[in-house]
Amino acid sequence: MAQEKADRILVDHNQLHQDDGIDRRGFLKCMAWAGTGALCVVQGGVLQSFALNSQVAKQAKGQLSFVQISDSHMGFNKPANPDVVATLKAAVDKINALPAAPEFMLHTGDISHLSKPSEFDNVDQILKSAVAKEVFFVPGEHDVLEDEGAQYRERYGKNANGAGWYSFDKTGVHFIGLVNVMNLKAGGLGSLGHDQLEWLEGDVKHLSHSTPIIVFAHIPLWTIYPDWGWGTDDSAQALSYLKKFGSVTVLNGHIHQTMQKVEGNVTFHTACSTAFPQPKPGAAPSPGPMKVPAEQLKSLLGLTSVNFVSKKHPLGLTDSTLE
Amino acid sequence: MRRCRFLIGLVLSGVLSIAVSRAHRAWAAAGDSAPATTDVKIDNFSFTPQTITVKAGSTITWTNRDDIPHTVTSTESVFKSKTLDTDDKFTTTLTKPGTYSYFCSIHPKMTGKVIVE
Repeated sequence: MAQEKADRILVDHNQLHQDDGIDRRGFLKCMAWAGTGALCVVQGGVLQSFALNSQVAKQAKGQLSFVQISDSHMGFNKPANPDVVATLKAAVDKINALPAAPEFMLHTGDISHLSKPSEFDNVDQILKSAVAKEVFFVPGEHDVLEDEGAQYRERYGKNANGAGWYSFDKTGVHFIGLVNVMNLKAGGLGSLGHDQLEWLEGDVKHLSHSTPIIVFAHIPLWTIYPDWGWGTDDSAQALSYLKKFGSVTVLNGHIHQTMQKVEGNVTFHTACSTAFPQPKPGAAPSPGPMKVPAEQLKSLLGLTSVNFVSKKHPLGLTDSTLE
Repeated sequence: MRRCRFLIGLVLSGVLSIAVSRAHRAWAAAGDSAPATTDVKIDNFSFTPQTITVKAGSTITWTNRDDIPHTVTSTESVFKSKTLDTDDKFTTTLTKPGTYSYFCSIHPKMTGKVIVE
């Protein structure tokens, strides 16, 4: 009964016009796991959280669960967070405390702060103590400084294409890692580029429409706030190749706060940083590190847990903060 | 014969010393009117002043006062800094008149311009 109830509050946004008593129209509800935080509800684009009964949460275990972390900025040491090592370790502790152990992790970029070898080494070392041993990365703009991303690819993109894009499958879900931080043009936003778009078109061409798709990239693939570079110039073309699929989830980082949007068959979601928060769009003169009282910092950093139950239901996305 | 050589030597050294002192005066004059250094501040994801106008041969120095790294990258590949962390500087001297647009290659929405006259 509880399971049924839990399932019912998952919204299938592919069937927006069905009338079965579940409230839809812009509502997306996520399942939570006990101890990790909250039930996330998006109402009209605003993310709200509610404390959730642990009994219901426990029954949310599904076929596939993984965690997204982002923007660890190893090497950053300014007032907004003088100890990014400690907060990344706190994120790993949080991951290890999840009742449903994630099978793997996605890191959506800005692994390092200045692309220094020691910074990458530190992140690798810290992530080794996570319960999920397999980690898939995409680079952020801070990971490809000085060397056009050569070091990033050597470490994390050996089997990838071009600047580091690739795809893989897990339990019938098709994952696509995209790179939108290379060859950025003056005055522009993030950029995927022609070669990557061509590869993407070919990569998904022969997949069945019912294959759930998860795309992950650093800079958001929807335009959140162009003045601050929060968007990707050529993402529309990429999304056009994914139109045929019933369920597409786009996981991004870069903006150091959670934000979500549902548009037709696509759910866009950004994760918190594990290093420092950034202001809401337009709430400050620039998108730089946002200084908050030390005791508030951990409540503005976090990770995203993703639970995939079956093809009949959309992904359950749960954001949890470090405190 | 010896007297000739001596005289020639005297004249030559005279000419040389006049030439050298003239050169000294020219160099001194050049030093007095050397183009000043123009400073551009990088802070809050902006280049300030965003547009500067300088004389040909001027030296421009960018200083990053932001708490995030930035670069100074000319759109025509005329100059390019390495990654500048907080308090790092980048200097370039532009000798050819023209308009030099540049941006931060990490945060491309940050743009600036140097007009060289």
